[in-house]
Amino acid sequence: MTLTALRSLGASLAVAAALLLQPGAPAHAETITVSIDNFTFTPTELKVKVGDTVTWTNHDDIPHALVSAGKFRSKTMDTDDSFSFTFAATGDYKYFCSLHPHMTGMIKVE
Amino acid sequence: MSHHDHHDEERGVSRRKVLECMTWAGTGVLWTISGGVPRSLGLVDAAKAAEKAAEPAGMTFLQISDSHVGFDKPANPNALGTLEEAIGKINAMPKKPSFMIHTGDISHLSKASEFDDADRIISQAKLDVHYVPGEHDFLDEELKFYKERYGKGTMGAGWYSFDAGGVHFVGLVNVVNLKAGGLGNLGTEQLEWLEGDLKGRSKSMPVVVFAHIPLWTVYPEWGWGTEDSAKALDYLKGFGSVTVLNGHIHQVMQKVEGNVTFHTARSTAFPQPAPGTAPSPGPMKVDASKLRSVLGIASVNFKMGDQPLAIIDTPLQG
Repeated sequence: MTLTALRSLGASLAVAAALLLQPGAPAHAETITVSIDNFTFTPTELKVKVGDTVTWTNHDDIPHALVSAGKFRSKTMDTDDSFSFTFAATGDYKYFCSLHPHMTGMIKVE
Repeated sequence: MSHHDHHDEERGVSRRKVLECMTWAGTGVLWTISGGVPRSLGLVDAAKAAEKAAEPAGMTFLQISDSHVGFDKPANPNALGTLEEAIGKINAMPKKPSFMIHTGDISHLSKASEFDDADRIISQAKLDVHYVPGEHDFLDEELKFYKERYGKGTMGAGWYSFDAGGVHFVGLVNVVNLKAGGLGNLGTEQLEWLEGDLKGRSKSMPVVVFAHIPLWTVYPEWGWGTEDSAKALDYLKGFGSVTVLNGHIHQVMQKVEGNVTFHTARSTAFPQPAPGTAPSPGPMKVDASKLRSVLGIASVNFKMGDQPLAIIDTPLQG
């Protein structure tokens, strides 16, 4: 490989790295799942990056509904229903089930 | 209780087990409360219990709870059917109760069709029904179905009081504005109303308070209690006879504290596990042949004067 080609490759990698670091770049945003089983969010605490989407799925035979005060609110999720939310800003998002408030969880967005 | 359960119990009686057995033994036990001391009249079968209920001198009313109309999961694929059976039991009672209270979770998902179905079946009892909502009755987008149907003449999210047969009845709502990590919640506005409602009332008048979530702390780990119920109970101090009737936990539990008798009723839809005996309070799947022994109704009898009060829990079968 010639020096020029190597330089060019290096430049492309730099561009790719820059894209990777760019917040909210849709090509690299991930979807992470939280499952609801036995009245518990798993994982209870989750770290994600800005632009990532979290999808909760209810596996219980009882409906649940999510509330994060002032941030997001799901519809009532019956068995096997899901709810997704894309996090556009950093911060700690505490949430709970509005039907069963002893169920709590947290999404840390970095 | 089945032989199998006793066998398990013999392996060591933990507090948990005792609680569980208490729950199951609630089937057909007739309780009287005299001077704040609970006295069991012994195990009676459902037929005897019905007989006793047939001869009360005072007023009788019925409690049904947690119909969860719309629920169709394995724990009971036909919650409407078992509600219909419960109403059938009521219609077969030799002496018709004065009225009925429903302690919430009428529907499973607050759908108009679920409320319609519930009304169609419950109205077959041809009794006045006094409702309080459960958390499952406030799931529609606009939170309007419950209030439209059952909330006429009530305050706030649906609380109210009325007198019947010399007894003061108070229906409370503890299923709205729940806070993260917390339990059931009455809220300041309702507590202020309650204080005013009870003020100036004769302390010799028996009071019955009914609400969906237990007003005593049954098991906070599962949210089975009410954050600010101590304040409500404070206003009830000094009354000679206070009975608190709840639902939500889908099993019979009783407790007496001073002048107050707490009681939770069975569901007509599906049983839930005794506190701490399962990973979660989700529906408990029992053998289809046993389902009707863990569902049921409760009748309450007041005899004026000497003040004994009897609550009889009758399973749909068993």
